[in-house]
Amino acid sequence: MTTVSFTVNGAAVTVDAGPDTPLLWVVREHLKLTGTKFGCGAGLCGACTVHIDGKAVRSCQTQLSDVADKKVTTIEGLSNNSSHPLQKAWIAEQVPQCGYCQSGQIMQAAALLAKSKSPTRDQIVQHMNGNICRCGTYPRIVRAIERAAREG
Amino acid sequence: MTAHTNQNTRAGMDRRDFVKGAGLTFGFALGSGLVGRGVQALAADSSTLNAWVTIGTDGSITLLCPTAEMGQGVLTALPLILAEELDADWSKVKADFAPNIPPLYGNPHPFFNGAQVTAGSTSVSGYFHTLRVAGAQARRILIDNVAEQWKVPAAELTTADGFVIHAKSKRRISYGDVAKFATVPKEPPKITSADLKQPSQFKLIGRAEIGRVDVPLKVNGSAKYGIDAMVPGMVYATLLEAPAEGAKAVVANADDVGKLPGIFAVIPLPFGVAVVGASVEATQAARNALKVTWDMSESPAKDFDSDKAMEEYARLGADRKAPARVAYKVGEVWDVLPGTKMVEASYSTQFCYHAQMEPMNAIASIAEDGKSAEIWTGSQFGGLIAFIVSGILKTTPDKILVHQYYLGGGFGRRIAPDIGIQAVILSSIVKKPVKLLLTRPDDLAAARPRPMSYHVLKAGLDGNNDILGWYHRLVAENVSALAAPPSYEGSGGDDLIGWRGLDQACYDIPHALAEGVRANHGMRVWPWRGIGAGYNKFAAEAFLDEVAAAAGKDPLALRLELTKYNARANAVIKAAAEMSEYSKKRPDHGMGIAFSDYHGTYTAGVAEVSVDRQSGKITVHNYWIAVDPGIVLQPNQAQAQLESAVVIGLSAALLEELAFKDGAAQASNFNDYPVLRMADIPPIHTKIVATNNPPTGIGEVGVPAVAPAIANAVAQLTGQRLRNMPMTPERVKKALS
Repeated sequence: MTTVSFTVNGAAVTVDAGPDTPLLWVVREHLKLTGTKFGCGAGLCGACTVHIDGKAVRSCQTQLSDVADKKVTTIEGLSNNSSHPLQKAWIAEQVPQCGYCQSGQIMQAAALLAKSKSPTRDQIVQHMNGNICRCGTYPRIVRAIERAAREG
Repeated sequence: MTAHTNQNTRAGMDRRDFVKGAGLTFGFALGSGLVGRGVQALAADSSTLNAWVTIGTDGSITLLCPTAEMGQGVLTALPLILAEELDADWSKVKADFAPNIPPLYGNPHPFFNGAQVTAGSTSVSGYFHTLRVAGAQARRILIDNVAEQWKVPAAELTTADGFVIHAKSKRRISYGDVAKFATVPKEPPKITSADLKQPSQFKLIGRAEIGRVDVPLKVNGSAKYGIDAMVPGMVYATLLEAPAEGAKAVVANADDVGKLPGIFAVIPLPFGVAVVGASVEATQAARNALKVTWDMSESPAKDFDSDKAMEEYARLGADRKAPARVAYKVGEVWDVLPGTKMVEASYSTQFCYHAQMEPMNAIASIAEDGKSAEIWTGSQFGGLIAFIVSGILKTTPDKILVHQYYLGGGFGRRIAPDIGIQAVILSSIVKKPVKLLLTRPDDLAAARPRPMSYHVLKAGLDGNNDILGWYHRLVAENVSALAAPPSYEGSGGDDLIGWRGLDQACYDIPHALAEGVRANHGMRVWPWRGIGAGYNKFAAEAFLDEVAAAAGKDPLALRLELTKYNARANAVIKAAAEMSEYSKKRPDHGMGIAFSDYHGTYTAGVAEVSVDRQSGKITVHNYWIAVDPGIVLQPNQAQAQLESAVVIGLSAALLEELAFKDGAAQASNFNDYPVLRMADIPPIHTKIVATNNPPTGIGEVGVPAVAPAIANAVAQLTGQRLRNMPMTPERVKKALS
């Protein structure tokens, strides 16, 4: 066991767990932030995507010891009241179906828009291709990202 | 409108708490006998039973959805039907899941005999009339109460947007205010079809801008899935899943694994090796440390190897003496085929994994006396879990409370009760609430795949090159035997699930026979989005293009000719052809068309493809789909379902294949079971050819035409037929060489 301090959604937290505990379970089980989802456990699907210091990472492939003193943002901390342009666009385009992958999709997309205000369709696809949506909402995800870029 | 969020483990689902609140509940029986009996049986211990509608004195309106929300939109669509006939103010509607009480909330669709199951794209079609009547009855009760209160004839009262209105005296009263004094009659008012709205009077149904109630919860992480449930005192478990029924685990290091930090127990069970511990991470690490070999000697699947089995399937397909059951028959095909110009071909498809994004999971908690249990999970068939668990605990199904959560993908997988049963067994062993969560590799090991299939097709052309006879034999494991035993047994062995799509009811073919030959190696075959139509229509519609070629006919012209007596089928084929400009030649691109009817919904799809002859990779450049599902409740959501079905259809058509060797699935995660990703999705163009016919379902209907449309497009481009699905680069290269 080890004690690790870091920031989650702006709040300082201290977690006691094995240093190799995947951040995914730290966030979901220890901190009860269940918006981040478990899909594959192997960095293959993107359902567990969160931000560490603003970069999109797969929390199932990130260990607790990796986030010491870092800033972690989960879907719950992306905005107040679902006010992030992507969340608004996601609703406007009625993107989610089962919805399970959508936290990861939105966090992945947010990292793109943070560095690129008006990504091209190819850039969007390239950036999002690691995130699986089994419901096949891909066309709407692209439309929502374009809308968010447009409407800010 | 809002959706319930399951914010705590008990929220949203406890009827007793629910009906105690101030307001008006409608505890009356609905039209069907089943439902009526349910009310009588339950009324004995429940004086304020709520069926579908509750109106709070604050004006809130709670409408219940009896089926599972897995992305298909029922949590919005079914309450919308109630709200329409109720003339409710949609902004005041709260949608919530109904509990598992099949006599009250079972699906009236003839497929299910009143079972409360979410399957077959039947939520809207099955409940449409029932919910309209329920909404109209609730409205009538409000009107009657106001009539009595105001001493005016009920006939002078109208309703709109959540108000009862008396135009003559210019008075209006909100439903919430009516709830303050209203009483519910013992006998529900009689509602006939004539009392229901005409489609032209719909105010909510058909409006594209009405969004889904669960969407806002799914953009901020607040929607609760089974995996998000937590109950006090629970321990965690995972399972190294057995690769097949009857496989026995031989664990080499149970003691060592049991001593790992945070691990309470290692428990070999008939369905796998369970690891119980203090956390997800501890149980997953312990699961990965297990050294297990499987004794397959008593498994019926022990020798199953996909390649070898396909050879056997082919033999069964060719053997006229193999026991076959008739799936569809008109005329006498064997009498007419000998005198015709015959076209023959065989097709095959592989097992497909559901790959729902949320791995299977459930929490179970058993009461101290062992006679009741609670289960927290997202299930397409919670009632089945309750039924089976009640048998295990030697109690009755009403003692098993299944808390319904959002499903992180269903696609048929969550019809199976396995995970709930496993959690209950674990809870009964460790005497604590157990949260059982599978890893992705175990979700794959426990796959309930769409069956592998082999198809023998023959068609006979008469002197005019018209199709005189059609024969389609399917060889596959029987899905209904596992997923719908009452249907399988009641019919003497039919497979209504796996045979879907074998019929040619929409085509004007005078002699047709389709039959099923059962292969039986104990494979755990299961419904998968589109069920039998997913593979049967691949074979039938691709073969139809072969027949068209032999007849010297254009594939589109032939389909229009075959549907000339079926206006709705004909119209969607025309619509798909028009929107895609099917007949326009594209350099280096092929165009393929296919038609499908699924549970009465007519669809036609057109694929535009190119093929890289070096690699064998098919690129789909565009896909068009036209659909007539009858009345469309939510046009934007219907389009979303079509897009979704086309994506999964493309994925199955082009790359999905779960191979089995020695009875075990040969894939463990998304690296070796790839599914389609964003980069491979073409523009998908949808067109809804809505008609005022009763709704027939939308969730799966987009799947079946995708694969044959692609095969037909490749054939138009290259002259080569692709008869084996998935149409992987390897198979395409082989076909083109």
